[in-house]
Amino acid sequence: MRKLKEFVIEKLILFCGLASIFFVVLIFLFLLKEGLAVFKTVTPPQFLFGKSWYPISEPPHLGILPLILGSLMVTLGAALISIPIGVACAVYIAEVAPLKIKEILKSGIELLAAIPSVVLGFIGMVTLVPWIKSIFHLPTGLTALSGAVMLAFMAMPTIVSIAEDALYSVPKTYKEGALALGATHWQAIHRVILPAASSGIMAAVMLGIGRVIGETMAVMMITGNAAVIPHSILQPVRTLTATIAAEMGEAVVGSEHYFALFAVGIVLFVISFIVNVGADLFLHKKEQ
Amino acid sequence: MNDTTVTDSPASPALKLKKRSRDPVLTQRLAFAFLFLSTLLIIVPVGLIIVIIVQKGLPGITWQFLSDIPRQGMRSGGIFPAILGTIYLVSGAIVFALPIGLLSAVYLSEYARGNFLTRLIKLAIVNLAGVPSVVYGLFGLALFVTFFKFGASILSGALTLGIMILPIIITASLEALESVPQSFREASRSLGASRWQTIRYVVLPNAISGIITGTILGLGRAAGETAPILFTVAAFYLPQLPGSVFDQVMALPYHLYVISTQVPNVDEKIRYGTALVLLAMVLFMNLAAVVIRCRFRKKKKW
Amino acid sequence: MVEFLIKDLNIWFGQIHAMKNVNMEIGSKQILSVIGPANSGKTTFLRMLNRLNELNDNFRMTGEVLFGGRDIVEMDPETVRKKIGMVFALPLPLPMSIFDNVAYGVKVSGVRNRKLQAAAVEKALKQAYLWDEVKDRLDTSAFKLSGGQQQRLCIARTLAVEPRVILFDEPCSGLDPISTAKVEEAMLVLKKDYTIILVTNNVKQAARVGDRTAFFLSSELVEMDGTDKIFTAPRDKRTDGYIRGKFG
Repeated sequence: MRKLKEFVIEKLILFCGLASIFFVVLIFLFLLKEGLAVFKTVTPPQFLFGKSWYPISEPPHLGILPLILGSLMVTLGAALISIPIGVACAVYIAEVAPLKIKEILKSGIELLAAIPSVVLGFIGMVTLVPWIKSIFHLPTGLTALSGAVMLAFMAMPTIVSIAEDALYSVPKTYKEGALALGATHWQAIHRVILPAASSGIMAAVMLGIGRVIGETMAVMMITGNAAVIPHSILQPVRTLTATIAAEMGEAVVGSEHYFALFAVGIVLFVISFIVNVGADLFLHKKEQ
Repeated sequence: MNDTTVTDSPASPALKLKKRSRDPVLTQRLAFAFLFLSTLLIIVPVGLIIVIIVQKGLPGITWQFLSDIPRQGMRSGGIFPAILGTIYLVSGAIVFALPIGLLSAVYLSEYARGNFLTRLIKLAIVNLAGVPSVVYGLFGLALFVTFFKFGASILSGALTLGIMILPIIITASLEALESVPQSFREASRSLGASRWQTIRYVVLPNAISGIITGTILGLGRAAGETAPILFTVAAFYLPQLPGSVFDQVMALPYHLYVISTQVPNVDEKIRYGTALVLLAMVLFMNLAAVVIRCRFRKKKKW
Repeated sequence: MVEFLIKDLNIWFGQIHAMKNVNMEIGSKQILSVIGPANSGKTTFLRMLNRLNELNDNFRMTGEVLFGGRDIVEMDPETVRKKIGMVFALPLPLPMSIFDNVAYGVKVSGVRNRKLQAAAVEKALKQAYLWDEVKDRLDTSAFKLSGGQQQRLCIARTLAVEPRVILFDEPCSGLDPISTAKVEEAMLVLKKDYTIILVTNNVKQAARVGDRTAFFLSSELVEMDGTDKIFTAPRDKRTDGYIRGKFG
């Protein structure tokens, strides 16, 4: 009797073990189910590279290039800001900060990671956006730049904590060897420790960027939502994620607009898949 | 200045230390200053954000605010339905995610061999963790709202959130299970206990604190997310409370979004107050998780 | 009476050939000392007898291990482990109270009745010479005991399951001389009712305690005979070398 009960429990455990694979596949399948239908109206190249996004016009224009460029601009901007500062902060915490402060700093970073994105979007709206408007004398502060700054901020906890893990796991003997040869602490850091941790840091950066690409609410609240091809970073833009969030409420179920938004979802899923798998490979490379 | 070179020391990796015309100590001072500033650049704004929200939100926090329904199109009244809605959604999410996530972690820790399937499962977990939250919203819309015909409801929203926090639960539980020393499992097996009995009597009870910590972190995450509930549950203005799991409901994150962007002329106190309530809820949960983790670490008997 | 009959036993962990062509007979109600240098295979051999090696994913074996005439691989592993208990090198109390530790094996066999458990616990603790020292604090954590007491606790918990055989894997390596003496004393009393196989690094302990002695080297059984014979006139010169301390 006990054997039977255990057999059932163990089968249940196996079933749950496979749950993650099941859900990933399920998500992809349902995205495909609704999203592939858009390619009855447009071809994939028209969709991916089309320059105008007017989904509610007759006939609808379903080119997501402006959205891709919007996402790209905001992401690149965020990357340029968050990578150097994030890695620098990780180095500081891992190598330079005195022990007592280390814990406070790590808590501060964790605190930032916990703040919901809608709250950060709200704060960005009331502080960052007016600030950028006045500094650059713009008609509106809702710009790609504001988005980039805010998203950089949101990516940093991911970058800092994973990079810090990577730095921490570099064997102490490397550092001691360098110092024993007369290197200063900084020289040991940038000639020995950083290169040794490079694949972990790479993974940290990729995961941070992945977070940025997938961010929805904060972006929606501070980048302005203009679905046109941006010419400068001081213009309002629209990202892939914000498009879905902003327009799904109005799209009629079963319309081309509806399918198109799911197709955008497929694009996002594929991008995040590539980024996450890539980052994971980097992390595993490091473990070897 | 001299240009001395020391090459190819017996230690690996080979180092070349060149003293150029720059004083290395000065370089270090500059570098460390840059590192310190970068850190400040991250930490200081965090503090500022919290201070701003508390300062401007606290005046709005009255008992009426927390217990009343919204009135006048959100321009006055309270946020009680949103608070309640968030609690319902989060509870539903955890009811779904905890059993599946925990058993999934048990599989990985106690049953899985280090083969390709295991690698695939771990990759799937990494992926689930990285899927953009708005894509979860789409998925929830397609599967629960449309395909299963649950409609926009607490059920759809909770299930969507549940799948979203599954990786958090699995990862935290796995870490907790793996931290139980292997020797305990061996001792248990050598006394004739089966694998499941060992898990039930030895491994799980000693991994509880990590599992609880992970659960609370998952709860915190679910409470703060907006995009997954946009199309699956969230109602814009619903002054009455939900009657069943098939009803729509308000939720704090969505509510904050709406009163910041869609509704003009909302009193600043209400906006900041809502932000404060949401922030406090999430931070409190994170704090609780940290405290539990520390408490148990001290109590650990081995 | 023959307790174990081992025929052509070979064990692999992945590509590593950890046990090579072992053939031996182990008699019942006596102490077999197993000696040899580190990595000679003694522990692998011991862990074969209670099928603990199987917990390792890379384990593979050929040959037979007959216990009371039956191949242990064909028996239910949990039953095997209840009949063949093991005491480990470092004292390994489970993270529970003293009572729960000793009662654990009994509990997982299905005995829920607390009174029955208590009777088994008392009997086992007395057999392990630990009862008097702990009878007033059975509900305290097992980790509060000293190293020697913990090891006797581990012996008690193995005895509570009423095995026929007790395997000791270097049980005194973490203990002081007084605790070591207590464990050896317990073994000598236990051998009247149990078959005992003792793996030890301490050659003198093997001579003190064992009725028969087996010498392992490089995953092979080199020689096995009565303890007196092994220690005064071993057949193989490698055995002689090891006993004299020339290596290992």
